[in-house]
Amino acid sequence: MTRELKPTHYFQKDISNCGLTGFISTAGTLVEGSVIIKSIALMHDRGNGLGGGFAAYGIYPEFKEFYAFHLMYENGMALQLTEEYLERHFYIEHHEEIPTRRTPAIANPPAFKRYFVKPLQTAEYKEAIEFQNMTDEDVIVRHVMGINNEIEGAFVVSSGKNMGAFKGVGYPEEIADFFRLEEYQGYIWTAHNRFPTNTPGWWGGAHPFTLLDWSIVHNGEISSYGINKRYLEMYGYLCTMLTDTEVVAYTLDLLIRKHGLTPELASLAMASPFWDIIDALPEDERQLLTAIRQCYGSALLNGPFAILFASNEGLIGLNDRVKLRPLVCATKDDFVYMASEEAAIREICPKPDKVWAPRGGEPVIAKMQPGVI
Amino acid sequence: MTIIDAQGLYYRDLNQKIREAVAEGATEIVLNNVNGQYFIGDGINKPVTITINGVPGNDLAAFMNGATIVVNDNAQDNIGNTMNAGKVIVHGHAGDVLGYGMRGGRVHIRRDVGYRVGIHMKSYEANKPVLIAGGKAGDFFGEYMAGGVLILLDLFSDDPEKPKHGFRFGTGMHGGKIFVRGGVDEGKLSREVGVFELTDEDRQELEGYLKEYCRDFDIDYAMMAKEQFVKILPLSSRPYGNLYCPMPR
Repeated sequence: MTRELKPTHYFQKDISNCGLTGFISTAGTLVEGSVIIKSIALMHDRGNGLGGGFAAYGIYPEFKEFYAFHLMYENGMALQLTEEYLERHFYIEHHEEIPTRRTPAIANPPAFKRYFVKPLQTAEYKEAIEFQNMTDEDVIVRHVMGINNEIEGAFVVSSGKNMGAFKGVGYPEEIADFFRLEEYQGYIWTAHNRFPTNTPGWWGGAHPFTLLDWSIVHNGEISSYGINKRYLEMYGYLCTMLTDTEVVAYTLDLLIRKHGLTPELASLAMASPFWDIIDALPEDERQLLTAIRQCYGSALLNGPFAILFASNEGLIGLNDRVKLRPLVCATKDDFVYMASEEAAIREICPKPDKVWAPRGGEPVIAKMQPGVI
Repeated sequence: MTIIDAQGLYYRDLNQKIREAVAEGATEIVLNNVNGQYFIGDGINKPVTITINGVPGNDLAAFMNGATIVVNDNAQDNIGNTMNAGKVIVHGHAGDVLGYGMRGGRVHIRRDVGYRVGIHMKSYEANKPVLIAGGKAGDFFGEYMAGGVLILLDLFSDDPEKPKHGFRFGTGMHGGKIFVRGGVDEGKLSREVGVFELTDEDRQELEGYLKEYCRDFDIDYAMMAKEQFVKILPLSSRPYGNLYCPMPR
């Protein structure tokens, strides 16, 4: 009698672990979508086909005075309710389906539309501006939260001026093909290849996460999600995307736009040094960082992460304070590149002027040159 | 000599070609246009020399047992994971988690290295891994190190402004030794380690490692030997023995 021995392990390891890449032309040079696709596609194996996405800035110059709402609809009722909502609250300069391409890789996509809008001078708007001390941006944030939270099956994918997010379930190069991204040109691009670990791989859960013109792509996990979520709820931010990364987008909006922190200080709040390191700093720095940690303890992001966050002002890369996820940066002329792997940069910039790995908790900040946009 | 053009080649196909060349008895393999392919040289147990032109992907030379890899550019993360024997020479900089659990052989990096370099390196009798970084290092240098030798030179950095090494140096270290050229920043050392002067025996041992490193990169050894080195050793072979409850000795 022979005995069949079954292998105890499947030795072909799945090596997925999320990948991100992004670049900025600080001089405002418009770059075609094919470039970022090439960079993220090199890191194909960091994801597993359950999420890919892109953020692009400078893509809607003809509507740059209007908030560009990218909407995702899971059903016809969601579309109808959302369009009624938008018509009640906004002047809509232009609206259309987001052009897509049927591709075998993308099964059952939801519907996508975009709207270029400005708030209408409704009684509710006047009340918000005149008596509640709100700005146009605050009004937009309130509506984004309203649509995401109140209309079943409708999700705002992005809501900033002259920018847009394109994301879904698939590998990033498949999502790019679906959204015909090679037809867009932007001066900042970020991309994400997802390997969902703790939360579902669904269309709204793909990166980037956005609010106004903030967009975030993230590799890692935000272990402090519960604390961050409850903190943000106090300021009217509602987390509806079932994924940890969402809190980073809203935290940035709160810290930078609402509280007026510089991107440097906001980064220090989210990835503060440890107390023993703060205590060893020169007195003025020690006081500043102590105040930041005391004030923004609930905005601290715990857990491993590498994130890229972009806005029309620039592109920022940030690691957790002990660098548990990879991040490499490079410069070439007026371009700054940031990615999970150096090879993803070298794929689109073979001979950078400088390549380096930033320290954990130390933001790499690339701002648009003044006056170019 | 076997030349393989890796331009646009998927990592599995590239590694398949390398394995085939090794099986056919190649002693020198040159890989051109490499960019980001993972796992190059993993588990190769023949004394073959693989020269890489381009940036190899993560997990270079993992479980490698006797081969030599020369990278003529920068390299990424996780080089020499559980490597048993052989050598990796990187002419540029390299990333995080180098030499993870390495148990023999050499890793020579010319420029800067990232976080957690030499994490849990180990040694047993004749198996003694040596990892040398020519530039500066990130935090957690020599983390949980159990054996072998780690050397930091601070000679060929991409960024002269950067500190020589990061925080939490030697966290959890309980075996092996670290040599650092020109001293360490004691405020950044973990509680588990101490700084010591070199003995005559150490000097002799170090000279052997450095001369080999200098030969690989065509560096003048006399220039390197001008500066003093310090030695970092663990203060205990069991630093966390009493972490949860006192243990009998």
